[in-house]
Amino acid sequence: MSDKNKANSGNFEPRIVAFFCNWCTYTAADLAGTARMTYAPNARVVRVMCSGRLDPQFILMALREGADGVLIGGCHPGDCHYQEGNYKTLRRFTLLKRLLQDMGIENERVRMEWIAASEGDRVQKVMNEMTEQLKKLGPLHLEPVPIDTVHKKVEESVAQAEGVKI
Amino acid sequence: MSKPKVGFYWCAACGGCEEAVVDLNEDILKVVAAVDILFWPVALDFKREDVEKLNDRELAVCFINGAIRSSEQFEMVELLRKKSGLLIAFGSCSHLGGIPGLANLFNREAILANSYKEVFSVENPQGIYPQQSCQVPEGTVTLPALWNTVKALDQVIDVDYYLPGCPPPVELIKDAVAAILGGKLPAKGTVLAPDKALCEVCPRKESKPEKPQLREFKRPHELVIDTEKCLLAQGLLCLGSATRSGCGSACVNGNMPCTGCMGPTSRVLDYGAKALSAIASLVGSNDEKEIAAILGKIADPTGTFYRYSLPASLLHRTYNSGQGGN
Ligand code: SF4
Ligand code: SF4
Ligand code: SF4
Repeated sequence: MSDKNKANSGNFEPRIVAFFCNWCTYTAADLAGTARMTYAPNARVVRVMCSGRLDPQFILMALREGADGVLIGGCHPGDCHYQEGNYKTLRRFTLLKRLLQDMGIENERVRMEWIAASEGDRVQKVMNEMTEQLKKLGPLHLEPVPIDTVHKKVEESVAQAEGVKI
Repeated sequence: MSKPKVGFYWCAACGGCEEAVVDLNEDILKVVAAVDILFWPVALDFKREDVEKLNDRELAVCFINGAIRSSEQFEMVELLRKKSGLLIAFGSCSHLGGIPGLANLFNREAILANSYKEVFSVENPQGIYPQQSCQVPEGTVTLPALWNTVKALDQVIDVDYYLPGCPPPVELIKDAVAAILGGKLPAKGTVLAPDKALCEVCPRKESKPEKPQLREFKRPHELVIDTEKCLLAQGLLCLGSATRSGCGSACVNGNMPCTGCMGPTSRVLDYGAKALSAIASLVGSNDEKEIAAILGKIADPTGTFYRYSLPASLLHRTYNSGQGGN
């Protein structure tokens, strides 16, 4: 069953790619785990050394390859293990958000959160919240288009344009 | 010995790429002497049938400029692919989707409505759009279909090499022609230009600060531009750090910031994301509100960072119309 049908039947489980910084948010996720806090299992967590390592290309790539949302977790401002990394994340994210809006990708699909190593409960809350929001939004269809489907799309495109009225 | 046969074709293009070929000036005579031009609709009267009659791969090389956004362009490049040994994407439209690729911020219906109805100089009360076919007393006349999504050349056919630039710099065209005629081509898929960033070869690079700490973005008409100092340091959005060199720093030498027409170097997947990342990182503030205010001065981030490459970006087009995709 395609994602779309799943969404229609109310069983859609969003896929979230979560990029967590090694020093704060990843540790917080670990803490949530050892404290046996339960939260939505929809995120695939990728540990990066610093949220500043997060090239905006990674975010677009995750969406392109089938993620319905991307979560970025870093240390609170002032707490970055590398001093400046999370400020870079903040600057890039501020601009990237406007670009994503232009591209029609809803704000809720890409979210940035500062979560300290001790804030396991915050990981739980954010994961649950985001999963709920994405369930409401439904799947994001950005699958790569293989070259050999182009022919088919052209035919569809021709058919569609024929309907354009005089 | 018979001369190699060559073709030129344009798709969704502005004519600047054809102009760049003419800009070879007297060198074009050398090119004409060395090859047989069998197809070049903008300059010589050949028709599609002439191409259809060629044997497969009979054209040694075919240069194609412009993006692909209609059924006719797609059919022609498919045909030319079959008839050509080497196929070269010529110019940023063909390489990355180019300026026409910004149409991917809208859908076909919005574009047709704008061009044929909403523009204030158009008087079209019945909302008549171009049709694909129409009955007239003499029979049926037809037009190609406009696609919903503009594509770069390699998104529809196999491409051997790329000549980047808007249009490609004459020196690079000459080098490419020489390499082809001399049989000295690099690996398939190569972009035929240096693989260094523009900042590295920019005449203003000495004055580029180590950490620019940008506090304000200005547009070129908002200041008197210093002719020697790094343009980015003056607050202009110069994209030289994310852009491939090979243009001879054309814009920077003309006292204008680089807008990125040569596209990215080979290590980059998505030009816009990389350029955006480079610029945003340099903002000289750590305060959320202030950062938003400084970056807010960039009026159109998508049009700025994807000016030449939206179709070749990871997202390809907008998705808000409920009919994204192709
Ligand atoms: S690459 Fe530039 S010069 Fe060439 S067709 Fe496109 S817009 Fe025109
Ligand atoms: S930012 Fe622009 S002006 Fe400054 S060094 Fe780079 S290319 Fe040259
Ligand atoms: S300076 Fe930039 S925009 Fe101008 S020709 Fe060179 S690459 Fe293109």
